[in-house]
Amino acid sequence: MTQLATEQTIWDKNESLPREELEALQAKRLKEAVARVYQNVPFYTKKFDDLGISADDINSIEDVRKLPFTVKTDLRDNYPLDLLAVPREKLARLHASSGTTGKPTFAVFTQEDLDTWSDLCARFLYAGGLRKNQFAHVAFGYGLFTGGFGLHYGIERVGAGVIPAASGNTRRQISLLRDLNTETLICTPSYALNIAEVAREEGLDPAKDLPIKFGHFGGEPWTEDMREAIEAELGITAYNNYGLSEVLGPGVAGECPCRNGMHLQEDHFLFELVDPQTDEPVKPGEVGELIITNLTKQATTLLRYRTRDLCVIHEDVCDCGRTTRRMGRVIGRSDDMMIIRGVNVFPSQIEEALLSVEGTTPHYMIELDRPGNLDRVTVSVEIQPHMFSDKMTEMNMLKRAIDKEIRTITGIGVTLNLVQPQTLARFEGKAKRVIDNRFTKEELEK
Amino acid sequence: MKIQQLSVFLENKPGQMAGVFDILGSNGVNIITMSTADTEQFGILRIITREWEKAKTVLEEGQFVVNLTPVVAIQVPHKPGGLSSILAIFQKQNINIEYMYAFPCAHTTEAVLIARFEDPDAAIKVVRESENFKALTEEDVFKEKKACEIQS
Repeated sequence: MTQLATEQTIWDKNESLPREELEALQAKRLKEAVARVYQNVPFYTKKFDDLGISADDINSIEDVRKLPFTVKTDLRDNYPLDLLAVPREKLARLHASSGTTGKPTFAVFTQEDLDTWSDLCARFLYAGGLRKNQFAHVAFGYGLFTGGFGLHYGIERVGAGVIPAASGNTRRQISLLRDLNTETLICTPSYALNIAEVAREEGLDPAKDLPIKFGHFGGEPWTEDMREAIEAELGITAYNNYGLSEVLGPGVAGECPCRNGMHLQEDHFLFELVDPQTDEPVKPGEVGELIITNLTKQATTLLRYRTRDLCVIHEDVCDCGRTTRRMGRVIGRSDDMMIIRGVNVFPSQIEEALLSVEGTTPHYMIELDRPGNLDRVTVSVEIQPHMFSDKMTEMNMLKRAIDKEIRTITGIGVTLNLVQPQTLARFEGKAKRVIDNRFTKEELEK
Repeated sequence: MKIQQLSVFLENKPGQMAGVFDILGSNGVNIITMSTADTEQFGILRIITREWEKAKTVLEEGQFVVNLTPVVAIQVPHKPGGLSSILAIFQKQNINIEYMYAFPCAHTTEAVLIARFEDPDAAIKVVRESENFKALTEEDVFKEKKACEIQS
């Protein structure tokens, strides 16, 4: 396994600023960001006026706590582009993430934002061994999804050759990797394992026969056990990275060669960790919900965006020379969102699909597992008398209609199980609709 | 002329079918005939019984989903070609059969065909106008089967 000499892995001097200098830069950028949204985004103007605050009140990074939170619903309520902080003609790119109401939320960029995005992805790619004389293979979906493009730009920024393979057709991906002698693989961690498995089916030894040396994986939760499995199977060094389209896309945080947490890109974002129940900061070392404020993003600048991702932040200084703090793996969510094959899915979307086909919501349960390293979703639905027909053709039509509606709303295919009434578990209080058998809490925290 | 069929949803897991017959048996429900349709994932059990009202109640109490479906019972000669000749009549009249099943009576030369039609009234009319076939009333069917009851 390749371990890089750490001193040669820093892409940008901002990654290793003395803390006081970094925090002064953050405070300055925070004040600018607040002034910018107050002036340009009616949603924030109103919030600030209601709270009686302005940019004058923001003079240190601690002052961020005076600001209101922004939540996913705010993005939906301001569909499509009401949160724009720049004139429409300044937009250079519009991406989108799937939404529960069938409408996406947009992730928009000015040219300057695209430039920042490229740099932030370049930081972790470079840290993880990518150099300009190499090739990198992107097996993320392109299209409206931010993942593929962000990594693509990062590779270009490093100066390496990029292979935009996108997702699907694993056999072809394997032959591309082999034929081009590609050094770096970029995809979801579960897809990396799937590539190894398909390679084995083809009679290859993935560790020997695939040329890749480095992998950058993200887009879904994974564990240290999976990292070990990926590294052993593919014979590579595997790096974790983190991002979300609401505040940028990939590039929000990424690992260095020390691989003891993902360096937060603190010059472009302000990070807080709060207790999701009390909204108060957690004690150092405790798990909390990651809150992100955009410091530099021009097209949209979100203040205190609630990611709903739960993690820890490591404050100690990293051996790599970077001065930025590091987030641990995302170990859970403070809401019920599932990440399935890299796609964000809410139980409410499944409910919406059932409602639209059936007119009522039957009792249902979602079970997640990962046979052959690919996420599988099984939706069990308790059949009700009005849904049932003695004709097989009608039952099959019902099944197909539900299948199709779930696919339309969530973008993912599921295995639909029709079950008898009263056979699924019932819960006191808030229903637990999801059973995730992919990993245990212990595995995620390891 | 239509008779009631119980249609029961069956999840595809061990013991489901047994569960239905346990309930029917312990409630003294006798089954005249039945059929199943199944996919990999679920099945539909179709049952003809004199005690269909009671059967529906007890099955629903046992958390089964049960529908009542009007079907047509047709008496056909229990001999080679008996079935084919009635089907030929339906085909000629453009009457579609959704599904069907049959039971013979041990001590007669007749068999009873249970058929689900898109338009049962049209089917009954055609049967009535035919020479060799008879659409049975509920009473006929339950009398007919005396000799050939299936113990549930």
